[in-house]
Amino acid sequence: MATDSAGQSAPLRVESSGSETILALSGTLDDAAVALCWSRALGAARTSQGPVRVDCARVDYCGGAGFALLVALAEMAQERKQSFVVDDLAPQFRSMYDGIDRSKLGQAETPQREKYGPVASVGQAVADRAAEWREETEFVGEVGVGLAGLGREPRRLRLREWWVMVEKAGTNALPIVALISFLMGMIMAFQAAMPMRQFGVDLFVVNLVALAITRELGPLMTAIVLAGRSGSAFAAEIGTMKVNEEVAALTTMGLSPVRFLAVPRVLAGIVVTPVLTVYSMAIGVAGGLAVMMMLGFPLATLMHQLSGSLRVDDVLAGLIKSFFFGAVVAGVGCLRGLQTGAGAAAVGDSTTRSVVTAIFLIVLLDAVFAVIYYQLKF
Amino acid sequence: MQEEKIIEVRRLSAGYAGRTILSDVSFDVRQGEIFIILGGSGSGKSTLLKNMIGLYPAISGEVLIRGENMIGAVGAVRERLLRQFGVMYQGGALFGSMTLAENVALPLEECTRLPREARALLARLKLQQVGLGQFADYLPSETSGGMVKRAAVARAMALDPGILFLDEPSAGLDPITSAELDELIRALSRDYGITFVIASHELASIYAIGDRAILLENGGIAAEGSPVQLRDNPPNDYVRAFFRREPERARAA
Repeated sequence: MATDSAGQSAPLRVESSGSETILALSGTLDDAAVALCWSRALGAARTSQGPVRVDCARVDYCGGAGFALLVALAEMAQERKQSFVVDDLAPQFRSMYDGIDRSKLGQAETPQREKYGPVASVGQAVADRAAEWREETEFVGEVGVGLAGLGREPRRLRLREWWVMVEKAGTNALPIVALISFLMGMIMAFQAAMPMRQFGVDLFVVNLVALAITRELGPLMTAIVLAGRSGSAFAAEIGTMKVNEEVAALTTMGLSPVRFLAVPRVLAGIVVTPVLTVYSMAIGVAGGLAVMMMLGFPLATLMHQLSGSLRVDDVLAGLIKSFFFGAVVAGVGCLRGLQTGAGAAAVGDSTTRSVVTAIFLIVLLDAVFAVIYYQLKF
Repeated sequence: MQEEKIIEVRRLSAGYAGRTILSDVSFDVRQGEIFIILGGSGSGKSTLLKNMIGLYPAISGEVLIRGENMIGAVGAVRERLLRQFGVMYQGGALFGSMTLAENVALPLEECTRLPREARALLARLKLQQVGLGQFADYLPSETSGGMVKRAAVARAMALDPGILFLDEPSAGLDPITSAELDELIRALSRDYGITFVIASHELASIYAIGDRAILLENGGIAAEGSPVQLRDNPPNDYVRAFFRREPERARAA
């Protein structure tokens, strides 16, 4: 009796009588048993010199895997032009085996999928990009018109839903913005304090931290955090609505998805981001001061230095940017959500795209502001 | 053989978020039959089904599958129980990034030690059983709703389970496709002796396939019997209203 490597009694015995190869199967042919004897059975069939006979007299159960084995053996025999018989299969399994139409198994249709040559794919990419630009321009325009419309008719804002958006994007972001800003201020002060101490100007770390946080890092970090936690949430939410045909329902009711879904979110972004930015500035500067106090400076000295160095203009410069950052983060999230295709993966794609685009645009916008402020000597 | 109980539901109570939807429901499913869970929308058909397959935690009671309790089963017991049945979800729940054949082959890949060629062949055999042999390489998004459901049945059968749970197999299908699915269910029941538990409210379909049915109402079982018998000899007014589609009577009952 043949045994497999594990020492169990194998469900397959290979015999030969004359030129005929006999594969005697036995016991329960479920997936575990078939997994044990699959390669040996096919190996025997591959090397057989004559007809192949499968003896199923001692098979008491044949599952899907058992049929798969019989079909594979039959295919193999057919390929090698040898005769193939399955003997003594119990009647209920026999009728199932006979019901398998082997001739059709290999004939799966290949689905028609559009395939482009290199030139056509470049053209398609350009056309897609152009369509996307058009869509994006329209989106910006429609959001602008929508916001202006809200200015004329503030009652059209669905206040209760809007407050939820403000709470989710704003209030709930307070802890993470605080943590990141405080750590940013601390790290910057600490990194700057060491080299500046060598020149005896370590008190000026206060100027450096205050300036960098208010003009650049406060607005920037806040916007990036919002892109990660709120812009992406907008994209996923609207994307799921699109997949569930809720966006289509809005359209057929004669409501513009942009005005209904995007405008309140963009407004929430514009309102929330500056508030979070000021909060971030204050906490960031506090982080810097905390490090300076640890380094031995009294608070009064630091506050004096701070009030002497920080101008209202610096805070304003950061604040003005944050309005635009807020609009960009919320707008991009909504736009990517509305651009979502079909299926679960599409929602993931638009979420990713919303974060990537938003961060890219934030940095780009920041660079533009740097140039403008420089020209204005602001 | 016909009388052997394969699933026993004992005093099952279930619900969500503190709201009880089913209370003290008890019934048996016999080996090899097509068992229908009937009920109006919101009567708890899906809740019952999902509790029977251990997807939701029941409030109390037991669901014995071949004598082992599904409720609260963990580890090896749960795994052994899960291999006894397959489930077709309402929308098919095929994975969109895989072809039909890959969807069917997935449980084989994860739960058996069959070699790759065996899995591929077996997946094709299962798809042929549900009449989708030639569509093995299609993505779910490239096929119709009826095909997705049939492929979902093929995936549910991949590991040769003795029991198949189907959640609303006819929902969203046209009469012809729905009848084709009924034919498939009958054929699988006849040829393979698979026990079916089907949540449905498509009357036309359940007369055609159902051996026995329970009708859920107000968190309990309003009636039990063969669908035709329930239609012809309704034990109470609600059952009569349900089978004759009489909303007035249903409200009065």
